[in-house]
Amino acid sequence: MIDKKELEKVKKGRESWEEGTLGKTLSKRGERREVFTSISGTPIERLYTPESIKDLDYEKDLGFPGDYPYTRGVQPTMYRGRFWTMRQYAGFGSAKDTNARYRYLLEQGQTGLSVAFHLPTQAGYDSDHPLSMGEVGKVGAAIDSIEDMQILFDQIPLDKVTVSMTINAAATVLLAMYLSLAEEKGISPDKLGGTIQNDVLKEIICRGQYIYPPGPTMRLTTDLITYCQKNVPRWNSISVSGYHIRESGSTAAQEMAFTIADGIAYTQACIDKGMDVDSFAPRLSFFFNVFTNVCEEVAKFRAGRRYWAKVMKERFGAKDPRSMMMRYHVQTGGVTLTYQQVLNNIVRVGLQTYAAVAGGCQSLHTDSYDEALCLPTEGAVLVALRTQQMVAEESGACDTIDPFAGSYYVEALTDQIEAEIDGYIKKIDEMGGTLVAIDEGYIQKEIQNSSYQFQKEIESGDLAYVGVNKYIMEEPPATGLLKVDMALGDVEAEKLKKLRAERDNAAWQKALDNLREVSKTEENVMPAVIEAVKAKATVGEVCDVWRELFGEYRPKEFV
Amino acid sequence: MADKKIKIIVAKPGLDGHDRGAKLLSRIFAEAGMEVVYTGLRQTPEMIVEAALQEDADVVGLSSLSGVHSHFFPKVVELLKEKKLDDVLVVGGGIIPLEDIPELKKAGIAEIFGPGTPTPTIVDFITGNVRS
Repeated sequence: MIDKKELEKVKKGRESWEEGTLGKTLSKRGERREVFTSISGTPIERLYTPESIKDLDYEKDLGFPGDYPYTRGVQPTMYRGRFWTMRQYAGFGSAKDTNARYRYLLEQGQTGLSVAFHLPTQAGYDSDHPLSMGEVGKVGAAIDSIEDMQILFDQIPLDKVTVSMTINAAATVLLAMYLSLAEEKGISPDKLGGTIQNDVLKEIICRGQYIYPPGPTMRLTTDLITYCQKNVPRWNSISVSGYHIRESGSTAAQEMAFTIADGIAYTQACIDKGMDVDSFAPRLSFFFNVFTNVCEEVAKFRAGRRYWAKVMKERFGAKDPRSMMMRYHVQTGGVTLTYQQVLNNIVRVGLQTYAAVAGGCQSLHTDSYDEALCLPTEGAVLVALRTQQMVAEESGACDTIDPFAGSYYVEALTDQIEAEIDGYIKKIDEMGGTLVAIDEGYIQKEIQNSSYQFQKEIESGDLAYVGVNKYIMEEPPATGLLKVDMALGDVEAEKLKKLRAERDNAAWQKALDNLREVSKTEENVMPAVIEAVKAKATVGEVCDVWRELFGEYRPKEFV
Repeated sequence: MADKKIKIIVAKPGLDGHDRGAKLLSRIFAEAGMEVVYTGLRQTPEMIVEAALQEDADVVGLSSLSGVHSHFFPKVVELLKEKKLDDVLVVGGGIIPLEDIPELKKAGIAEIFGPGTPTPTIVDFITGNVRS
């Protein structure tokens, strides 16, 4: 905390500056606008001084890296020890197409993999399902069975590379395939490192890849967490995601607040299953967005880390420091990219990368500049990866820990965002918790209101967007876009037909029957899912067992 | 019937979950005085056309960000024709490569609005081209 006398001096100095130097300038020429706000609508002061952080208590509010409350970072050496994991989310076409992209990325110095599955896999349908028409291989790899998984990871050392999988409602099935594949390759589960997204609440809030109603889907989520805690100790069994909340229109503070609200719901669900908080919380991880307003993003990450540490310690009584650490992956903001003057996106991603790093992320995906037009082409992916490497090697951001700390502005903003998060968490608690807030559409409506507000500000010109509402140019249509062959749907359907004809259908039937029986009890489903995928049950077939038992989720729309 | 409200179905065909644009536009259309029915996610062309028929819609707005527009959008137009709903205005938007647009227009989609389109442009297009 700053000394009272010092503060008094600063106050006097500021007042005389306002009357003198500043006053003179303002009387001649006003500022560019009456009120300045961040992209999230947070009011921004002209100048931040020691007065703005007069209540800051260094020990209590900031502390040291690797120590509670982790405001300054979760590791004691941060990037002086080693850089974050550079992990590009990738997947398109067949398992074979995607495998080729992975091997290319690893050759270029990428240090982890991140699997994008196509929408049918994410929604628990096989490639030959009527709802999969037109979607096969479009936004990710077409994975139906363990045979596709074998091709996807061909010649990739699963004990050396960490793998992240963006799969949620069908997470148990894809993790079961991955674990079975590792077993085939002779790698024991304790050697496997990676992350599975497994965050179904944000699917219901904003991402749309849900299958089952909240109750049963949360059971699958917690079964997976419990299973990993006992059998795959280095696996991050959930990645609580704010990324998509932000993409669908929230502010920075809302992104952090609603993600923490989801994190609280998962933690409570595991505790309700009888687990000790410190037995699973060290393997909870997070996933956030990052926009172009560098200081606001840095403040968001710092505020989130501090708030989560308090939640785990004070609300859940965690004792293991690892339970209190908010470790997270970041992806640059897809929605910030413009199809107008598409090369400008490289600069946006550059600033966002710097913000993610200055904010202390553990792994990072940088968007390719052409993602506003199509799936990323190889050249654009390379620029995106090089952007991370430049920030790591050239910017100096990694030479010292938490470089923005102590900035009057960033510290004040960190406090402000934390207060906003706290306001939301209290409000959600009063409503009866996250599940109630989602069911009543409260979270969805808050996000939609922010999205609407943002659109209005872009259209009124209050918010400038280069190439969109300012510095607009006529330009020729983009060429050389990546396209997925529409015929892939037929190829995958043919593969499925062959798989179903050639597998041992008696063993397959037995495994699915067993899964059905286990799913009716309170028992953990994971071992039965593993048996089913080994017997070559497809994603759709496993998910259908639960569709029959649990029913399908139909969201209420809050438009 | 000069002051009859324009009725619009806003639909998300396929498995795509990106509904920020669809929801935002639903609100913008309502503010512009239209009657809006938002279908939610995971609609088949059959479901969308059935909704248009049931609701006696003047306009169908399709949103896709997962690359399935070339498959779904023309199918909706085709089914509308089968149901003798030829005069329903069909518009689309999302992440749609410019090179795909001529073919979509040939198939009967009146206009495609890419990311960053000012919402008044979309509202004006609809009010200017809807059946009278």
